[in-house]
Amino acid sequence: MRHFYNYFSRPASVFLLLLAMAAPLQAAPSEAVSFETAAAGLASSSYSDRMEAIKTLGALGDPRAPGLLGSMLESRLYRRVSDDRLVDARREGSAYLLSDPSTGESLGEAGSRDIRKIMVNNSLRGAIRAVLSRMDLFSEDLERRRAAVEAATGYPSNEMAGSLVQALANEDDADLKAAMEIALATSRLLSTDAATRLAGLETLSETTSSEVRSMVSRLTETDADGEFYEPDPRVRGVAAGIMANMETRMRMLENVGKLYQGLSLGSVLLIAAVGLAITFGVMGVINMAHGEMIMLGAYSTFVVQELFRDYLPADLFYLYLPVAVPVAFLVTGLVGIALERGIIRFLYGRPLETLLATWGVSLVLQQAVRTVFGAPNRAVENPFWMTGGFELAGVVTLTWNRLVVIAFALAVLAALGLLLRYTALGLQMRAVTQNREMASAMGIKTGRVDYLTFGLGSAIAGVAGVALSQIGNVSPNLGQSYIIDSFMVVVFGGVGSLWGTLTGAMSLGVINKFLEPVAGAVLGKILVLVFIIIFIQRRPRGLFAMSGRAAED
Amino acid sequence: MNWQANRLVSVMDRRGWARFGGLLALACLVPALNLAFEDGSVLHLSGYTVTLLGKYLCYALLALSLDLVWGYAGALSLGHGAFFALGGYSMGMYLMRQIGTRGVYGNALLPDFMVFLDWKELPWYWLGFDHFWFALPMMMLVPGLLALVFGWFAFRSRVSGVYFAIITQAMTYALLLAFFRNDMGFGGNNGMTDFKELAGMDLQLATTRAGLYMASLLALAGGYLVSRVVVSSKLGRVATGIRDAESRLRFLGYRVENFKLFLFVLSAMMAGLAGALYVPQVGIINPGEFSPANSIEVAIWVAVGGRGTLYGAIAGALAVNGFKTVLTGLMPNAWLFFLGSLFVVVTLAMPGGLVGVVASLRSRREKRRAVSRVDTSEVAGEQGDTQDG
Amino acid sequence: MFSYKKVALLAAGALICVGVAAGSAQAKKDTIKVGVLHSLSGTMAISEVTLKDTVLMMIDDLNSNGGLLGREVEAVVVDPASDWPLFAEKARELVEQKKVDVVFGCWTSVSRKSVLPVFEELNGLLFYPVQYEGEESSRNVFYTGAAPNQQAIPAVEYLMGEEGGSAERWVLLGTDYVYPRTTNKILRAFLRKKGVKQSDIMEEYTPFGHSDWQTIVSRVKKFASEGKRTAVVSTINGDANVPFYKELANQGISAEDIPVIAFSVGEEELSGIDTSNLVGHLASWNYFMSVDSPENEAFIKDWQKFIKNDKRVTNDPMEAHYIGFKMWAQAVRQAGSTDVDAVRQAMYGQEVRSPSGYDVVMNTNHHLSKPVMIGEITSDGQFDIVWQTDETIKADAWSPFIPESAKLTADWSYPWVCGNCVKPKFN
Repeated sequence: MRHFYNYFSRPASVFLLLLAMAAPLQAAPSEAVSFETAAAGLASSSYSDRMEAIKTLGALGDPRAPGLLGSMLESRLYRRVSDDRLVDARREGSAYLLSDPSTGESLGEAGSRDIRKIMVNNSLRGAIRAVLSRMDLFSEDLERRRAAVEAATGYPSNEMAGSLVQALANEDDADLKAAMEIALATSRLLSTDAATRLAGLETLSETTSSEVRSMVSRLTETDADGEFYEPDPRVRGVAAGIMANMETRMRMLENVGKLYQGLSLGSVLLIAAVGLAITFGVMGVINMAHGEMIMLGAYSTFVVQELFRDYLPADLFYLYLPVAVPVAFLVTGLVGIALERGIIRFLYGRPLETLLATWGVSLVLQQAVRTVFGAPNRAVENPFWMTGGFELAGVVTLTWNRLVVIAFALAVLAALGLLLRYTALGLQMRAVTQNREMASAMGIKTGRVDYLTFGLGSAIAGVAGVALSQIGNVSPNLGQSYIIDSFMVVVFGGVGSLWGTLTGAMSLGVINKFLEPVAGAVLGKILVLVFIIIFIQRRPRGLFAMSGRAAED
Repeated sequence: MNWQANRLVSVMDRRGWARFGGLLALACLVPALNLAFEDGSVLHLSGYTVTLLGKYLCYALLALSLDLVWGYAGALSLGHGAFFALGGYSMGMYLMRQIGTRGVYGNALLPDFMVFLDWKELPWYWLGFDHFWFALPMMMLVPGLLALVFGWFAFRSRVSGVYFAIITQAMTYALLLAFFRNDMGFGGNNGMTDFKELAGMDLQLATTRAGLYMASLLALAGGYLVSRVVVSSKLGRVATGIRDAESRLRFLGYRVENFKLFLFVLSAMMAGLAGALYVPQVGIINPGEFSPANSIEVAIWVAVGGRGTLYGAIAGALAVNGFKTVLTGLMPNAWLFFLGSLFVVVTLAMPGGLVGVVASLRSRREKRRAVSRVDTSEVAGEQGDTQDG
Repeated sequence: MFSYKKVALLAAGALICVGVAAGSAQAKKDTIKVGVLHSLSGTMAISEVTLKDTVLMMIDDLNSNGGLLGREVEAVVVDPASDWPLFAEKARELVEQKKVDVVFGCWTSVSRKSVLPVFEELNGLLFYPVQYEGEESSRNVFYTGAAPNQQAIPAVEYLMGEEGGSAERWVLLGTDYVYPRTTNKILRAFLRKKGVKQSDIMEEYTPFGHSDWQTIVSRVKKFASEGKRTAVVSTINGDANVPFYKELANQGISAEDIPVIAFSVGEEELSGIDTSNLVGHLASWNYFMSVDSPENEAFIKDWQKFIKNDKRVTNDPMEAHYIGFKMWAQAVRQAGSTDVDAVRQAMYGQEVRSPSGYDVVMNTNHHLSKPVMIGEITSDGQFDIVWQTDETIKADAWSPFIPESAKLTADWSYPWVCGNCVKPKFN
């Protein structure tokens, strides 16, 4: 916590610049306010007192402040009832472990009645973050500085401008310097001097990040009374010009964004439908329990996650997801085999009756899961490598979880394609589905192939459940929300064609995402369904119809 | 005329007619026992039971209508709930308009849900629904028209089997989403409720309920007879031919799509009527009726009862729903296990459905009695498998 | 192949046995019957099973304290399976066949609308525990959840204030059904009155169970980058929330940039989400599990003991059932009978010290006076209460912000004034 320069050692030039910007100067911290008094203010019950205390602590620059504020930022700052001391408290079972927020020195344990939480809300957190990042601007750690500059761009202020000018003078890293210029420019927009604001705009004309856009467009906006936020028409004109420029550049990127979103939705549809492409597409079983296989996969993920949490060290936790994939594969694969041996094998050649039986199975599975795991949703956490995302020029955010799902869906499809094409099992599967009697006559154990095929389809649905648990709910109803879409995808793509399933899923995803901004979410979905209906009228056997004898029956 | 009557009589043999009449009379006892005996009497049937059975009869008519296209023409529609719901909505719109100033906002023209969403005038498609003579035909014409348009395109391009099942499902799903939209002017998810009266009769009166029950019973009986006439006519035999070997019929010069279309539209109109009678008895119509799961369930009633036999469909609807009512009350936490297992067991152990079991029991008994005549008129076609999938 | 016919026969036999056993178990004598009408299967089971358990807990508690009027209280649980017509059927079964004295149940507005005519016809009594759109006051229903003026308006006022971040631009995001539509209509009228421009309000509706939020979240981000502090008011329904919040977190929208305040997300919903990236997003309710009061401590302890899981959370609708059940029991004692008319009359003015730490009161408009609290999500799936009213607030059954409804009054004190009477008729 000693990695910043004292805030007050700033050179006189900075001070002059601040004066030049004629900011409504923050009341200079009077000598009378000590760190202790300011810190005590954090425990006040009044919001404005707490806000004042944070600002004062920021201005004081006491080395104890970052620890204190950091602890408050994380909602771990408490007041000990016995001596009104501010402590950092972590929950440990039913008790709390106390420590000094600045030094980290342990202060023993306490019960929930011995300490009172210091309430912090969004506005206070914002203020704390601004104070801390101003201090971090002078950190020796490049990453910290970078984060601080990022925060500074989002929370411009006159104080920040001062610190930025100073930090800029000390900065060596060229990239960071550029970022600082931009952050400084956003802060300059708050200046009361029109020339300074114009200069700020100048610097910002090339960026499209959302924070910057927000700052610039504010200059062209009016408030509730119809008054412009920006009094100077010249500045407004420049800002409007910059906004128009940004718009054109953004429009391109927005289309890229829609395409990405469409592929992402498509990959969700794909992974949900691949298993069905086997059980329904290849085997002809109208498998209404397909959704429940996905659900079982998701619950397997949940169980693996809980086991990792309970029995393995926390730093291995991020590995639970890769482990869940084979577990889900095995669990749902075995359930699928049991289903095939117990029920479905008696129904070959009576496809519509498989609908009835598998519907019954799906009801039973749903209720079984509800009985075992309870009706409410269960939480499946994204491991750290699947949280967050990155922004393309502030317009499109590519999120990691969706990127992983896209890659995963394609990988599963590819693996399946290879398996069907190059392995003995794949060959037998294709043989049995094309001509059962002939295959049997050639010595293929058709029964074994049947249950392996069905097991494989189910197992893939289970693997889909692992992926989908990272995006949506894990609840007993999970399967129901994917089953209809899955059937649409398989039928649209053409029953029996993996390639069709891929194309079908992706095109439906992209069409949906280009329609949604125009028509709205509900109407967009309706239009996609109407499109499918009309499409099937034109091509009654889907996108990639199978040709030959098999297609005729 | 006489010839027509003869044909109607000839759809069943004497025993068939006797059974039909007997069942009808038995069913008529239900409202009679409700009205004739006071609460507390052993013979009294509660209003709850009358409404419940009335609801089952509507379901039975719906199942019957599906059986006509699925069991006899081999086209499995997983969107029959949509026709049912459209009929229901037509009735619901009429009932909404009958509320008049008795709604909470007291607006004579607009239903409550339009008032609080600030609609100023009635949308055009609501016009006329304040008259019973307009609403009544609409209950069958609207679903019939949808079936005509949808079926015309689908059958002409020879969409069949599972493709047909999936696009009908897409149809009902799209309608579900559309009716959920509050902008559509059908009350969104809340749908229409709190009906007051039907053609001047207070819906809360026991006599009105008995009347609705009787109307449902008559509709079902009528639907059954119409279906019998259709399936025992040449048209019906062609339809069965389509089910079993569509291309062969085509080569013989039959316009297969026209036969299918006729059955599909007729069936949709029956489903619409069922929906219309259902709504005043349950007191609500909402987009949930369009949900694909509901339509799948209808197919399941038919399969449980025995596909391709008209009274099988009726028996299936009554049995499954009765089962459901009893179990959701008796074992609210476990009933799905039983219902789910029932479906599995029925498919595996009774391929002909309940009717199939009855028929095989009877034929066994008759064999034992060394009577050679086996009445197969009712189970005709149950074994024939279709080309779906 | 083993014989499925035998299995079928066995299954049928077992079924009949269980049925008979269950039937005979139900035939207890002279008990007070409490109907529980919550979906135990289907889409709404996620939320409603917990409420069924809450009622069972309250009944257990009452019985272990000697029951009511010297009689044992018996729960009659049915499963309406998230199927709205089935709700009406089951309501009729409970009131007419099983002859229950009171029913606790329903979650969605449509299920309530479905059973309403049944309760009115048979003069039954329903306690409805969920926050809803208002615009209703039935003689046969007691509404123990919040009306919009007890949830939505204070929430928006908070976000407009300096403490809440001085929001000037609003995104009203909801599932397309009556509750969001009505709430947003009321909010829009309220915001317009506060000087917010039409162009600073974005309203967007999604289907039930909407799972792909990419487009909408990016649009919100874009809308918020247009120069004014933006806040999102979410009336997104249950199931769609998990994917919504996951997308929000992953697209990097922090509560300090764009706070999202929700009216349908409570502790139970959060238990299905990893909240570490959602810290600071808000919810507005009349109760949070983190309330510091002795009543709440006891409530949580009883609940976790009853459900045999010390990780289970409590939430606002559960508290509403707690209040409703206590009030009903008090009213029955006071009336000395379970007769619906007598109990109804005794309900008015009934007071309960609720887990929220306030004394809540039943008003003659069949709605409660309750406190309003605003909480921010914490990393452990709970809420920090950042703001609350000093006093309880009386629910408006009819919103003054909807022109047609502003004319209406709800007052069921004798002589009764029904929903569509223009003003109370006191003679």
